[in-house]
Amino acid sequence: MNDRHWKDLIARRLMLISGSFLLILGLLMIFMMYQRSKPILALTPLKDLLFSLSWHPTKGQFGLAGFIAGTLWVTVIAMIIAVPLSILTAIYLAEYAAKPLRGLLKPFIDLLAGISPVIYGVWGIIAIVPLVRDYFMPFLTNHLKFFPFVSENYTGFSALTAGIVLAIMIFPVLISVMEEVLHAVPFGIRESSLALGATQWQTIKGAVFKKAWPGIIAAIILGLSRAFGETMAVLMVAGCSLGQIPKSIFDAAYPLPALIATTYGEMMSIPLYDAAVLAAAFILLMITILFNMAGWGILLRMERNQI
Amino acid sequence: MDRRRLEERVMKGLMILSTLLVVGSSVCILLTIFLKGVSAIDLNMLIQTPKGGYYLGKEGGILNAILGSLVLGVGATFLAFLVSVPITFYLNLYLRRASRFSYILRFLFDVLYGMPAIVYGAFGFTLMVFWGLKASLLAGMITIAFLIIPIMARATDEVLKMIPFELPEASLAMGTTRWETARGVIFKQALPGILTAVLLAFGRAIGDGAAVLLTAGFTDSNPSSLFKPVATLPLAIFFQLATPFPEVQRRGYAAAFILTVLILMVSLISRILSWKFTQNVVR
Repeated sequence: MNDRHWKDLIARRLMLISGSFLLILGLLMIFMMYQRSKPILALTPLKDLLFSLSWHPTKGQFGLAGFIAGTLWVTVIAMIIAVPLSILTAIYLAEYAAKPLRGLLKPFIDLLAGISPVIYGVWGIIAIVPLVRDYFMPFLTNHLKFFPFVSENYTGFSALTAGIVLAIMIFPVLISVMEEVLHAVPFGIRESSLALGATQWQTIKGAVFKKAWPGIIAAIILGLSRAFGETMAVLMVAGCSLGQIPKSIFDAAYPLPALIATTYGEMMSIPLYDAAVLAAAFILLMITILFNMAGWGILLRMERNQI
Repeated sequence: MDRRRLEERVMKGLMILSTLLVVGSSVCILLTIFLKGVSAIDLNMLIQTPKGGYYLGKEGGILNAILGSLVLGVGATFLAFLVSVPITFYLNLYLRRASRFSYILRFLFDVLYGMPAIVYGAFGFTLMVFWGLKASLLAGMITIAFLIIPIMARATDEVLKMIPFELPEASLAMGTTRWETARGVIFKQALPGILTAVLLAFGRAIGDGAAVLLTAGFTDSNPSSLFKPVATLPLAIFFQLATPFPEVQRRGYAAAFILTVLILMVSLISRILSWKFTQNVVR
């Protein structure tokens, strides 16, 4: 073997190593986080960890239920706002919009995906907090005096605020994946439906959606996992007060990622505290891995079946 | 007008309305940040580090955070480049397109891409504790590198996939080794795309706050050593807005403006560069 082939072989090995590095990184993430959260899992049964409300690190009580509930509230609100809007927008971009308009809007949406979460948080404080405090809340609490609308929290830092900010943050993921899925639907299907006299909307509803719905679901799952793990923006606008489950969209919520972010300073000083916080991170990790595997799995499958 | 046409009209109206809402809210974000920021910014913020009591409304600036973010971003991008670009070359040049390993790796990119920043932060934190490191520039760099590896790898992979297969084949048929083809042909062809991917990852690196919160710490002085904590812009914004003083909050808006401009500039530069370098590319 000559010099050139040696170089080739070395390069090849190095590349393989960097590939394996990524694989190891993934596994190491799961393993290390599990390892660090083991002390708490050994002491507190998983049931207590997940469903107990009492969070008193100094007394050794670590119940994550309040934080899990906070995450669920915020995520559900964000999805209710974001899903219909992004489905409609994606359909408009993929099926109706003229080419120049799409050429303008797509880079813009990509650009938004790159903007820092903290910026969204700042905007939430400047724009959405006053909007919720001065308009949404007085109006809704006065006119709809039932379950999700009654609250004593008049600050504007609430689950609804966080949900609105999150919804806007996940628009780019939802819209770009959905748009791509719709675009991948073969043109023949649309043409046959239109040739039979269907209107464009009927074609979308009856033919395009039949092909595209798994992809739409995948986009929703991916958006959901994005919303689930978002930290800084939520931390800035959700209110984050301890010891309660939000009972209204106007109550303050304290989601899991925010818990991890706020306790980093004190977490090493109290025994088991770090294990409890890392258990929260581990839960987050496993859930987002599952969601992402499901979402990307569906998309990969669709891509494969089309070829 | 029959029911079908009515339905068509209504749905189309709804679609236009929601597109306007999505685009409008995004434009509103940028406008708000610009208007609030421009009115609050002054030169001292850019050229001074925080003096004592800065977070109580006293003198100073956020130079430490600007420099910190840039240093951290460049370091993390470099580390991520060393890992992600070789992988994508391996995927596209050495492995068969349908091989199982390439399938697994691409799926892994996707899944890692979707991991929240805070999980990377917590993972970086456990590694830090494991190695006995304190919150430092180095720990922050490594964590952010993990965070942006999948971003860069996915973007580079897209670029390499687009290269017409005749190109490497022609080169290989001349008797070059794969490594020579990779370096001399594919790399040149893909350079504009790779640059875009690198800058995309860099923009993400300077914008992230959750991962550095746990691993890079915060400080009032300029970055000086790999083993000391470093200040970053997103955290500077976060801490300034968390204070109850309107004066400090105003400076937080200005810092948010600086960060947004930085990120927009990076994205603009990447567009210009990729446009400039496309001259050497075979289509």
